[in-house]
Amino acid sequence: MLEFPRWKVTWLWALTLLASLAALPSIMSAAGYSWPAGWPEPKVNLGLDLAGGSHILLEADPTQVRQQRIEAMEESVRNKLRTANPAVRVSDISIRDGALTFLVDDVTKVDTVREAVLPLTSGAGLTGRRDWDINVIDGNRFLLKPTQEGVDQAVTQAMDTAVEVVRKRIDALGTKEPTIIRSGANRIVVQVPGLQDPQALKNLLGQTAKLEFKLVDQSADPSAVAQGIAPPGSEIVPFAQTTPGMTAKSAPKIAVKRLGGIRGDQLTNAQQTNNPQTNQATVTITFNTEGGAKFAKLTTANVGKPFAIILDGKVLSAPSINEPILGGSAVISGSFTAESANQLAISLRSGALPVDLKVVEERTVGPDLGADSIRKGMIAMGVGTLALAVFILVTYGRFGVYACFALVFNVLMILGIMGIIGTTLTLPGIAGFVLTIGAAVDANVLINERIREERHRGRRVMQAVEMGYKEASRAIFDANITNIIAATLMFAFGSGPVKGFAVVLMIGIATSVFTAVTMTRMWVAQWLRRTRPADINL
Amino acid sequence: MKLLKLVPDHTNIHFLKWRVPFYIVSLLLMAASWTLVLTKGLNLGVDFVGGQMIRVTFEHSAAAPVAALRTEVTKLGYGEPIIQRYGKPNEISIRMKLPEGADHDSALSDKMARTITADLKQNHADARIDGVDSVSGKVSKELGWDAFRALGLAALAVAAYIWLRFEWQFGIGALLSLVHDVTLTLGMFALTQLEFDLNIVAALLTLIGYSLNDTIVVYDRIRENLKKYRKMPIPELLDLSVNETLARTIVTSLSMLITLVALLIFGPDVIFGFTAAITLGIFVGTYSSIYMAAPILIWLKVTPKSFIPTESAIDRQERLARERG
Repeated sequence: MLEFPRWKVTWLWALTLLASLAALPSIMSAAGYSWPAGWPEPKVNLGLDLAGGSHILLEADPTQVRQQRIEAMEESVRNKLRTANPAVRVSDISIRDGALTFLVDDVTKVDTVREAVLPLTSGAGLTGRRDWDINVIDGNRFLLKPTQEGVDQAVTQAMDTAVEVVRKRIDALGTKEPTIIRSGANRIVVQVPGLQDPQALKNLLGQTAKLEFKLVDQSADPSAVAQGIAPPGSEIVPFAQTTPGMTAKSAPKIAVKRLGGIRGDQLTNAQQTNNPQTNQATVTITFNTEGGAKFAKLTTANVGKPFAIILDGKVLSAPSINEPILGGSAVISGSFTAESANQLAISLRSGALPVDLKVVEERTVGPDLGADSIRKGMIAMGVGTLALAVFILVTYGRFGVYACFALVFNVLMILGIMGIIGTTLTLPGIAGFVLTIGAAVDANVLINERIREERHRGRRVMQAVEMGYKEASRAIFDANITNIIAATLMFAFGSGPVKGFAVVLMIGIATSVFTAVTMTRMWVAQWLRRTRPADINL
Repeated sequence: MKLLKLVPDHTNIHFLKWRVPFYIVSLLLMAASWTLVLTKGLNLGVDFVGGQMIRVTFEHSAAAPVAALRTEVTKLGYGEPIIQRYGKPNEISIRMKLPEGADHDSALSDKMARTITADLKQNHADARIDGVDSVSGKVSKELGWDAFRALGLAALAVAAYIWLRFEWQFGIGALLSLVHDVTLTLGMFALTQLEFDLNIVAALLTLIGYSLNDTIVVYDRIRENLKKYRKMPIPELLDLSVNETLARTIVTSLSMLITLVALLIFGPDVIFGFTAAITLGIFVGTYSSIYMAAPILIWLKVTPKSFIPTESAIDRQERLARERG
């Protein structure tokens, strides 16, 4: 136990010094010095709660994805059956109870329809189930229902796209070092350091930016529209709230044709512009070739009729088509400010979000609080370490000196390893740091008390020390395992700052066993071999 | 140099003689804690009940104008705020319920935060907004459930580990002292009405790991002595083990407490509750390792037989050879 060959000593010191050296960049940065460029810089990152910044948790609603899938299926089925050869007549297409349903007029054609519809579905997930259930009831009524597997798959795809869109939008704001990650099935965590007012960011993320152009149903009875009753084949869409105090309920409404409109997602560009006459802020969009062709077709076929420009389910404006628009670009006016027009342009450029995202959790921390916490944490750590060192020195003398050295290396190694693996120091992490220092000497206490005990039983110095390290290591091991168990669960269930705390604890447990047991044993062994004392003051 | 010895050599205190009264006291304290938690309740933060919390520091004031703030914020029409100090007298948190409908439209809670912070800055030139937390009802329910699960799992996992390393009686003893430590800490939070948030759950988890350190040291010694003194009556053996490890128990707890008290006094104000929870837990944990974890072994009938090493084939041959020879 007390044999330390030269190679082992070299290795232990190399490991200790290397890990401690890695703490240097973090310490220098905390003290306000800059690290020479070109050198590797393993630095501890500060968490949002220390550096200041915003943490935003966005959530999508899976039922919306489900609804979108059913609506898309309706379009597909209509197109498929319209072009089917021989033609099949179906009627009463509608969406009811989360399923698409329609009647096949000619009962003998049911199998033909089934064969036509089947290719519209596909396998989902690993279970071998398809993404849609196709059932025929009462002989000729089709019932198409998305399966859970299908919806799950669609949600996953939608969230992957959403993460990309969110990233593009945040980049467009010029935010530095954002963290954007999926969390669970339908959530996205966005963390941006240093942002003082996350309002602009949230506005941008809260905008789905689904742009649609739909024809106004001029045949609708205005009083029915006001009550929210749509004529068959049309839907009621409210105007965007333009005057303050107006709620979604009291806003004026308009009836638009459900089908036959086009989506404004095939764009190559979107810019904030100004109307030269009114000096009002507008957004100019440029379609790509395919989108431009569709738009040209729509406007050519409906000259003289009004169409509604709908953003996220709200009508921005409903101008009349004076002439076919063939140039592939369009100007959207609404009651924009320069800021909101710019926001819309960014959102349109980055693409529409496939689902609405809602902020379900938001934490913003100002930078002053964090700086204050770091300063106070340092003071507490300094005072705590000093008081602890005095206590250990007066209790264990020379053996206490070794414990204190171990303590210093322990602190450096924790910082160094945190820097190397790039973990984040959070506010509770500071407490974890201080706590680890208190806990690290526990091992030395157990060892030294055992040595004391063995000496009382009359063992000679060498033997007593050897027994001390051997017998104490059992309890040290068990105690550290229980700590690791608790820290692991904390890491598994905790949120950001708590995870940071758990990481510090785990690193601290590992380094403290190394410094407090292995390193002190080496120092004690070297001293014993050098001086061969007949008695020790312990 | 004369070294400090907090516990003199050959200390022999009859701890276990008082096990019944102390157990009754512990059980009463636990009952009192539960009563407090159930009647007075924990002062749950927005993490667990949802809502909005705004942290404000009044940089040039000695104390925050709490009464004035309460009327000012109430006037804004979002309901009555809960205003609480969390560190120095000039550092407060304002907690609000989220406005009606905010679960569907997060813009509403944004608006509330902006209205309140704007009003604060207007009325108090030295108000520094240190942070805004908004947690929706749904997320807060999940956070609460996660916290509960993590605590339960941690306690069970740790107890299972002790069972594995020692015997089932020791596992139960460890679990019991954990329940004791966590319960009393919860009781303190109910009593002081310190805010109970996610960080406190982290503190309780830490406690589950660290408060057992002393227990493990005592248990390790009990196991050692059970093998060594086969004939000694169990209460006497437990007393011996506790006394032998008393210096360890006290010095390790003290070294933890030294750093924790430094953190309580000089450390960041925002984590005061966090540190307080761990401090109390370590303190209670020291007591429970002596008076909860050890005596339970008597009632669970631990005997030296619990640790008789099973005879290996080689040992058996040697023994038989000896007996024959």
